[in-house]
Amino acid sequence: MIGFLIRRVLQIVPVAIVMCAVVFTTAFMLPGDPTLTILGENAPAAARAALRAEMGLDRPIPLQFIDWLGRALTGDLGKSFKTGEPVMDMLLTRIPVTLELTILAITLAACIGVPLGIIAALRRNSWVDTLVSILSISSLAMPFFWVGMLLIMLFTLRLGWLPPSGYVPFFEDPLRNLQLMIMPVMTVGMAYAALLMRQTRAAMIEVLLQDYVRTARAKGAAEPRIIIRHALRNALIPVITVIGLQFGGLIGGAVVTETVFALPGLGRMITNAIFERDYMVVQGAILVVVVGVILVNLVTDITYSLLDRRVQL
Amino acid sequence: MIATSEPAKDVAATPAIGAAPEPSRVLAVLRALLRHRLGRIGAIGLSLLLFCAAFAPLLAPFDPAEIDYEALLEGPSWHHWFGTDELGRDVLSRVLYGSQTSLQVMALAISGALLIGVTLGIVSGFLRGWFDDVAMRVVDGLLAFPTIILSLAIVAALGPSLTNAIIAIAIVNVPDFARLVRGEVISVRELEYVQAARAIGMTNARILWKHVWPNVRGSVIIYASLKAAAAIITESALSFLGLGVQPPDPTWGSMLSTAMQYSDAWWISIFPGLAIFITVLSLNLLGDGLRDVLDART
Repeated sequence: MIGFLIRRVLQIVPVAIVMCAVVFTTAFMLPGDPTLTILGENAPAAARAALRAEMGLDRPIPLQFIDWLGRALTGDLGKSFKTGEPVMDMLLTRIPVTLELTILAITLAACIGVPLGIIAALRRNSWVDTLVSILSISSLAMPFFWVGMLLIMLFTLRLGWLPPSGYVPFFEDPLRNLQLMIMPVMTVGMAYAALLMRQTRAAMIEVLLQDYVRTARAKGAAEPRIIIRHALRNALIPVITVIGLQFGGLIGGAVVTETVFALPGLGRMITNAIFERDYMVVQGAILVVVVGVILVNLVTDITYSLLDRRVQL
Repeated sequence: MIATSEPAKDVAATPAIGAAPEPSRVLAVLRALLRHRLGRIGAIGLSLLLFCAAFAPLLAPFDPAEIDYEALLEGPSWHHWFGTDELGRDVLSRVLYGSQTSLQVMALAISGALLIGVTLGIVSGFLRGWFDDVAMRVVDGLLAFPTIILSLAIVAALGPSLTNAIIAIAIVNVPDFARLVRGEVISVRELEYVQAARAIGMTNARILWKHVWPNVRGSVIIYASLKAAAAIITESALSFLGLGVQPPDPTWGSMLSTAMQYSDAWWISIFPGLAIFITVLSLNLLGDGLRDVLDART
């Protein structure tokens, strides 16, 4: 197990280096001169040159990359060109919003997707199966932002049940927070519920055809026991993997959803920073997202290896 | 929209396409696809999109950029079937012209991703060694990025435009194709007939073209159709965020972005959204159908 862990962690290193290089290069290529953003359009050339030297922008790009990487490793992601606020401080206020949205969305997706997938597998080729399949394939074809808009039209404009957008921190007003998060969570969660439905259904069908399930039936085991102890336990292994591996897509969905519902999370931070050409913020926020995705993938791999020992071989 | 990988269930109706002679193979695949229930629905949906894109100037009742201050935010009527937007432009005409953009992005971005990704995957999988190691570490690094985040970053760096959206979507799809093809090539390169071809002195290029590619292309075609659906979603998301096609050119994503400010006018958000939904659904169904028809394992 320890050998597997070391091997898996070492595999991350080259991936992380490539990823950091991509983040740095992309943000570096953002159009516009950051000195103009800070000093204004009419700033004299001498002042701009002095600021470029102060910020280290006149140094060769590889040196800037190494310098940035070194500082990033110590948690220093620079300061926003626009506000002068440390990027790390900005991130610390934004991360909880995105994290709350993704965790609640995963929970909702698992609560809907897994049971419906099991029911569809158990009632294979029945009308229930067809209905679940239609629901899942339709949900997967809807863009997040459109789903969000439809929910606003239904629950806010038509029924008047929910506020359209905004955010209140959970610890400030838990009820208001959850009320405001219902629609964003449904927006992201429904697509993932559809994905989990498909995966659970497929995994359950495969497991239900295995010899050990047939043996359990032949021995006279009760059907609920067969489903829960023999089929579900094994079928959930790939489903758990899918939940983890789709985390990246979930964050992507959160980016767009935050725009629809005006949530002050990482996604809105990235899009706003792109429009403001605040590349320190773009770099920092994307780095945090990608590091998060890599860590979740690592945890998923470890969980998978604990559930299925063959993976460690 | 999320990529899916569940084996489809509608298999019995579709005979596997065996080693038919090359010219008749395409026809056999098409026939089998049209016999496949879901594949047929997907093919019809995609044909509808192609028809709308090709004949948009004939089908659209108005110029998509024609402003009519007398008809601002009018609901659906006999005159404007899908209503009008905040500038009095005809929504139906804009949805029809929007199909041209979506199709263009889908075709060019996926072709670009295929060209680079398949080449990279074939060369990596066939040559292995240091090239494979370096290429796959880069691919792994890119795969760590959520698609929309990487697309956003690339478009932001290059500047918002249709061309740059196509480039961004192509780049974000390259790693997926490279990974898929590399895996397939590695499994094929050790097969006996490839070893035999090498033993009789066939060049690598010829082996790749004659023996490896025909075994890989089925998976590539299936995956491309699913990725085309994802490309439509990504383009619309970029346009929605203001980083795709710029006004006044109509795109489904930018129409929805505008619709956000006019929530009472449901027709501005329903129709472009439905267009995206039908297109993506069709491509996903077509992908499922192709998987059943081309992949003997399902």
